[in-house]
Amino acid sequence: MPSLGADMDAGTLVEWHVKPGDTVNRGDVVAVVETDKGLVEVEIWEGGVVDALVVKPGTKVPVGTVLATTRASAVPQPTAPPPEARVQASPAARQLARERGVDLAGVRGTGPLGAITRDDVEKAVRPVPPAAPAPALAPAPRPPPAPGPPPAAAQGIDAAGMRRAIAAAMARSKREIPHYYLSLDVDVGPASAWLEAENARRPVTERVLFAALLLKATALAAREVPEMNGFFAEGAFRPAAEVHLGVAISLRQGGLVAPAIHGTDRKSLVEIQADLQDLVARVRAGRLRSSEMTDPTLTVTNLGDQGVASVFGVIYPPQVALVGFGRVLERPWASAGMLGVRPVVTATLSADHRASDGHRGGLFLAALARRLQKPEEL
Amino acid sequence: MSPKKSKPEIREAILAALSSVAPEADPATLDPKQPLREQLDLDSMDFLNFVVALHAALGVDVPERDYPKIGTLDGSIDYVSAKLAGA
Repeated sequence: MPSLGADMDAGTLVEWHVKPGDTVNRGDVVAVVETDKGLVEVEIWEGGVVDALVVKPGTKVPVGTVLATTRASAVPQPTAPPPEARVQASPAARQLARERGVDLAGVRGTGPLGAITRDDVEKAVRPVPPAAPAPALAPAPRPPPAPGPPPAAAQGIDAAGMRRAIAAAMARSKREIPHYYLSLDVDVGPASAWLEAENARRPVTERVLFAALLLKATALAAREVPEMNGFFAEGAFRPAAEVHLGVAISLRQGGLVAPAIHGTDRKSLVEIQADLQDLVARVRAGRLRSSEMTDPTLTVTNLGDQGVASVFGVIYPPQVALVGFGRVLERPWASAGMLGVRPVVTATLSADHRASDGHRGGLFLAALARRLQKPEEL
Repeated sequence: MSPKKSKPEIREAILAALSSVAPEADPATLDPKQPLREQLDLDSMDFLNFVVALHAALGVDVPERDYPKIGTLDGSIDYVSAKLAGA
């Protein structure tokens, strides 16, 4: 059972998309798991042949439980749903895992911020019987879903469960992360005018929202100031190699999910727009993929549609920063000794003081503002 | 696209487009003169999807500068009617 967020302890296997003997490739969706944040399609991170399905549909198991085994050649090995790159583990744990041939992706971490310790690897080495009852530390299981077809998409989201998950992550964030906050008003006149002209000559199905520009500018700024992009684990900041922006998406029935747009800094505005559209549709249908839940390296929240002027967000651990945008408003703006009226957006940064200082945060916001002045290069 | 569509037909098509964007909304409760965005809790993405759905259903392309004109149900009906009539 992969960890699909800092706040997840357990998940219910809803259905398998594979059976023993099937050949699977890296990235294939092999199962659907129900979490507090809805149904998630679990991708496999190593190709091979499915050997055995260990967990039966309807069973709730703790994070770290082996769901199925695959074999690459003749030797069965545990599947590794979460990507290796996201696993936080101590150097000692990594060494032991290498020695014993344990895949860290399948190990539940009990160290700081969920990092895997040497002890966790030791425990994982001991074989787990396939039908072992859930350990005592797992929350009381809810009744398994009724047999029959998988639940309808929208029913996959349990509002109370989602509230609990958000509460756990946000309480942990405010308990552990010393936030500092910065804000910068950005003249988005050039960006707005450029986008308006672009959209005017595009068919309706290819129009790009202003949010896509904000995301791309944020991703490029994160590449320039990498202290905002990554994770804090085991007492140190670990920069991420890629920029996967998490996009906060609210659900109509309440609640919030922030899945990743992979490689945001390398995507075109049209690609980011398409990804955003696809994510919003699947978030609302309760069908995200596991990598989208686990991969964000920096989250962006945009409350402009709600009319708020600015938002100082709460960082989603173990990430180290959160970028917020308010509404684009016409405001008086002094420039080159002249007073004019410009569309202005307030960009904010909530950042982890353990990972960076205000000076670097300021450089990040300045880079973001600079990128927005040249929309044609986004 | 059919220029012969009546206003009630256009109204139905617009409500269907809105339902596809906000499936949990009840069209019967809509105040035709109040902003759709507020009544249906539509964000920018929803509104763009509404414009795309209108285009698919009625063949009407609403440029961004005309978005304010389709901000209410009545406004949308008038705008689409005028467009279909060849305005």
